Amino acid sequence: MLDDFLIRAALAGVGVALAAAPLGCFVVWRRMAYFGEATAHAAILGVALSLALSLPLVPAVLGAALAMALAVSALSGRGYAMDTLLGVAAHTALAAGLVAVALLADRGAARLDLMAFLFGDILAVNRADLAVIWGGAAVVAGLTAWRWPSLLMSTLNPDLARASGFDPRREELGLTLALAIVVAVAIKVVGVLLIAAMLVIPPAAARPLVRTPEAMAIGAALLGAVSALAGLWVSFLLDTPTGPSIVCVAAGLFLFTTAAGGLRGRV
Amino acid sequence: MTAPLIRAENLSVRLDGRVVLQDVDFEIRSGEIVTIVGPNGSGKSTLLRALIGAIVPARGRVVRAPGLRIGYVPQKLAIDASLPMTVQRFLNLPRRIGTREALAALDQAGVPDLHDRQMADLSGGQFQRVLLARALLEDPQILMLDEATQGLDQPGSAAFYRRIEAVRRDTGCAVLMVSHDLHVVMAASDRVLCMNGHICCEGTPEVVASAPEYRALFGTGTGGTLALYRHEHHHSHDHDHPNPHPGHAHETET
Repeated sequence: MLDDFLIRAALAGVGVALAAAPLGCFVVWRRMAYFGEATAHAAILGVALSLALSLPLVPAVLGAALAMALAVSALSGRGYAMDTLLGVAAHTALAAGLVAVALLADRGAARLDLMAFLFGDILAVNRADLAVIWGGAAVVAGLTAWRWPSLLMSTLNPDLARASGFDPRREELGLTLALAIVVAVAIKVVGVLLIAAMLVIPPAAARPLVRTPEAMAIGAALLGAVSALAGLWVSFLLDTPTGPSIVCVAAGLFLFTTAAGGLRGRV
Repeated sequence: MTAPLIRAENLSVRLDGRVVLQDVDFEIRSGEIVTIVGPNGSGKSTLLRALIGAIVPARGRVVRAPGLRIGYVPQKLAIDASLPMTVQRFLNLPRRIGTREALAALDQAGVPDLHDRQMADLSGGQFQRVLLARALLEDPQILMLDEATQGLDQPGSAAFYRRIEAVRRDTGCAVLMVSHDLHVVMAASDRVLCMNGHICCEGTPEVVASAPEYRALFGTGTGGTLALYRHEHHHSHDHDHPNPHPGHAHETET
């Protein structure tokens, strides 16, 4: 069954949707969308790193994303507004990564299809990639399920979490780590430029339909998985790039649920 | 005498390079109701946050009884519109409780029909009651309230403090609160702390109200309590005794 590239692509897309859903909820609740963007863009630096040092791709991307997330966290609150800082970090990482990859490719270090890293190449996913994606999804789902109450309380109010005996800074660190994992496993499926879309759009699409945080995480997972499968189908039918097709379907779902929620609110 | 639930020794806190608290010594024991008063920016909330461990002190230390259960009601809790949260779900944080227990808690808090509502849709008074109900579900040994009656009208805040006193009576937990509702709070407290970056004066409400340090911060030279009553008169029109006798603070409310 796994011999069919379409089946592998479908499994990869669903795996990324499941990994991104619970984490994406926290990204939305904590207003970290731009933080997710900066972390995702750092992945291209990881690609350069893996080329330069002949490292395997996933650990290199994981390391670069984590380093970026930690650097931005450490720099926050030192004179610049957070969105300025993230704007500088996100675009610098992307630009520097592209320059570094071009330099390395010029030297003949490797031939690579830059487009595959920027927009993903879901149809080229192999069995090893699938193992990485589903392993990463399992780690992220396990981490968020394990820390769920304290993550929720830290998100509501850090002092409230502290009074209940949790350490909000540790929870934040856990989220950062999970974010780096999602970036590393999603790069092959949707690419650097659209990872943040998979984090933010499915939870935002689920929001008008739900009344509790748990329902939102589950709704985001379902809508994300539907987007992945429908996007794959659309790209097959219309011969369009798969990653962007998945994101377009997710955006369509967002428009639909938001309109439906607005109508329901008016009645 | 029992060991203190929380003790601060020689506590100093800096925030953004500014000294907010200096050399604060403080302790609170089981069953005590202690109120912190002081002008804006005097470090009241900072002291509370340092006591729960949310701020690392620059000097000194905070000692909490091992395994201390704190019920904390923050000054404000802004729930992002993107975060769906029913009252029922909120009461289940951090510990899962049954629906029956949640309904009973809301009943006790005087807001029985809210369990299915979204937190974001509650009025100020309902929100404060739900926050308090959640804090009480943690079965706290100490209840910490940071300006918990902000946004409540006078009867609302009087009812809120009556409930706090009832909770102390029923559960024996200590209560530490920061407040602006000076005369209501003073009546309910065993001990009042008057702060302005450090502890200016401390003692029973009567002692603090007549202390020169307190008058320097709040009074207008006519005697602490009296000045407070005059201050309150700017805001309410239902008092018919314009010159109450100082020292009878606890008879005029409740």
